[in-house]
Amino acid sequence: MEQLTDPTDKHRPVGEKEVKSKGALDWLATNIFRLLISLFVPIVTFIGLYLGFIFLRDSAAPKGVTAIVAIIWGVGGVAALYLVSNWLVEKLNDEWRAKIQPFVFVGPAVAILFVYLLYPTIATFRLSLFDRNGEIFVGLQNYVDIFTNRSMFVAFRNNILLWIPFGALFTVVLGLLIAVLADRSKYERTAKALIFMPMAISMVGAAVIWNMIYDVNPNVGVLNWIYTNITGNNPQAWTASNQPWNNLFLIVVMIWLQTGFAMVLFSAAIKGIPSDITEAARVDGATEVQVFFRIMIPYISGTIITVTTTVVIFTLKIFDVVQVMTGGQFDTQVIATQFYREYFTSRNSGLATAIAIVLLITVIPVMIYNLKQFRETEAF
Amino acid sequence: MASVSYQNVYKRWGDVVAVNDLTLEVADKEFMVFVGPSGCGKSTSLRLLAGLEEISDGQILIGDRVVNDVPPKDRDIAMVFQSYALYPHMSVFDNMAFGLKLRKMPKDEINRRVKEAADILGISQFLDRKPKALSGGQRQRVAVGRAIVRDPAVFLFDEPLSNLDAKLRVQTRAEITKLWQRLGTTFIYVTHDQVEAMTMATRIAVMKDGILQQVDTPQHLYDHPNNVFVAGFIGSPSMNFFDATLVEADGKVWVDGGTFRLEMPAVHNEIAQKHKGKEIIFGVRPEDIQTRIYAPPGIQPAYMDATIDVTELMGNEIFAYLLTGKKTFVARLDPRTQAHVGENLDLVVAMDKIHMFDPKTEARLV
Repeated sequence: MEQLTDPTDKHRPVGEKEVKSKGALDWLATNIFRLLISLFVPIVTFIGLYLGFIFLRDSAAPKGVTAIVAIIWGVGGVAALYLVSNWLVEKLNDEWRAKIQPFVFVGPAVAILFVYLLYPTIATFRLSLFDRNGEIFVGLQNYVDIFTNRSMFVAFRNNILLWIPFGALFTVVLGLLIAVLADRSKYERTAKALIFMPMAISMVGAAVIWNMIYDVNPNVGVLNWIYTNITGNNPQAWTASNQPWNNLFLIVVMIWLQTGFAMVLFSAAIKGIPSDITEAARVDGATEVQVFFRIMIPYISGTIITVTTTVVIFTLKIFDVVQVMTGGQFDTQVIATQFYREYFTSRNSGLATAIAIVLLITVIPVMIYNLKQFRETEAF
Repeated sequence: MASVSYQNVYKRWGDVVAVNDLTLEVADKEFMVFVGPSGCGKSTSLRLLAGLEEISDGQILIGDRVVNDVPPKDRDIAMVFQSYALYPHMSVFDNMAFGLKLRKMPKDEINRRVKEAADILGISQFLDRKPKALSGGQRQRVAVGRAIVRDPAVFLFDEPLSNLDAKLRVQTRAEITKLWQRLGTTFIYVTHDQVEAMTMATRIAVMKDGILQQVDTPQHLYDHPNNVFVAGFIGSPSMNFFDATLVEADGKVWVDGGTFRLEMPAVHNEIAQKHKGKEIIFGVRPEDIQTRIYAPPGIQPAYMDATIDVTELMGNEIFAYLLTGKKTFVARLDPRTQAHVGENLDLVVAMDKIHMFDPKTEARLV
């Protein structure tokens, strides 16, 4: 925040203690002013954009002109608002300016974040305490239902006992293995590009591709073509039969998509290991395997934890792959697909929002750990 | 305990020849220093011995075993790196014990060895700390300690003092020498600092552009450099070089530098007769030039004069930067000398100590 104020001495921000010594009234005034200046830009922007929208909607100008005016009106307007509110604050005396100025810039972002993130979360939680139409208060009944429902039980099992152990574990291990092997290969760039490529494919696209690979018709499904040719058995419905192991065929898709991400981060971390440390270990008597496990792995442990938690969060939230490939049938449902089904198919807003809250609560501990790790490695 | 032998060793990276036909014998219990400017191949030579680089051609022996295809871990060597290369996630104790644990040494023996090494190096109180909680000097000691506990046949040091401040460097220099005396093991030490080489080595190998220039004891290297490069590299301030001609006049041979003419003494008669009339590179060390008053007795004197350009008073001596014609050279004068900038000085050159080199090959004339 300091950087946003004038760096010269006489404009230095006033310390917290000094503010307190001025008494409660001053404190109140300061914070009201801060709040107002924070809300000023978003509110005026909203009104301005709305008026602009009405004006442009009703005008008879060609579409191209309308678009250009809209861009100038929107972007220029917001910039102008920042300038105006900053100009207003500049008019204040030094002490007040130091107190208020940071909020001119940070305030609107925080206010918007509040409106679009925090408010919906609270509203969701409120909905989860009501019945399917959001009319009758039912207390925690929806949560009781979640934990006594067989379908939900299967979703939890899939998410926590299958997706996280297999999906996250394989993604991290494969990513690390490929990063290490590529690091020693002449074809490092090519290999890494190939592994990274699936990252560019959308989840839905990937799901469709793999659905074709798994197709029951051996003339479409590569896997069945190989399977029938080698074993002579009838083609298998990979994603439907052999429950619960059919989940693994969906998990493969996520591994395929995410390994590239893990590999890139691991590769960067491995390149950050000073070569003389591994050389010292070799001279000290370590084999290549010992160098890997006793020197390299501990050295990049921070990255390993960060990647693992990120992948675990991603895995907990998995939706697209399951929705596209099986629609959550054949006991492949996960928490997110259950939410979707309850809200959009069963139209039960109470139960659906309760599922969303459960998912949120499941992710939060991992998220906190992840953020802590970021802070320790000074990622931000 | 082991000798080390390089036999026609080459290291090439594509077209670049980092080590060019290195043949060198390092005797058992010797303190050998590889010295040279950066990029001269001294570190590469050491890394070839450690097994961290592959030899392109030739062979290296440790003891009487050819180690070309032996991995570093089986070469019975220990190495101290310039960056110390401590394992950041391990405590000082674990850093030092790492190599022993890998060899499955019993716990008591590990404890005993680490304690002993820590006592020698004065780092016993830091054994539980992580490397990042240590100062540069302490880290350096841990790195040395990690090498000591292994009790290897050969110790390798790759510029271990470069990251220390000047005072600590001098102190550690003496400690490494003491360590060598105490351990009685072969030391091979790489540095770009000729002072380190002179003070520590039993023999010095001077390298340039991947080629070994000269191997000799420090004093012999100083007194009898093989070529212009070695002469200029060893000694501080560097030796003065003049383009000169050996001329014959009045029945004597003179070194004619254009602005001065110095009489060749009888000790160099053979060279004088052989090369008279030819151009030479004439070299003289700064301490072999004095004023007439303070010229030491027993030298073969020759006389010249020069203008004082700059003086640096060191307390125990004066570095005088002198001009003869357009050529600048340095003299290391007695501190009592009255040397004022711009004045003329009458100088005495100790002609028995001079050096002469061939201007084409830059090799010493014999």
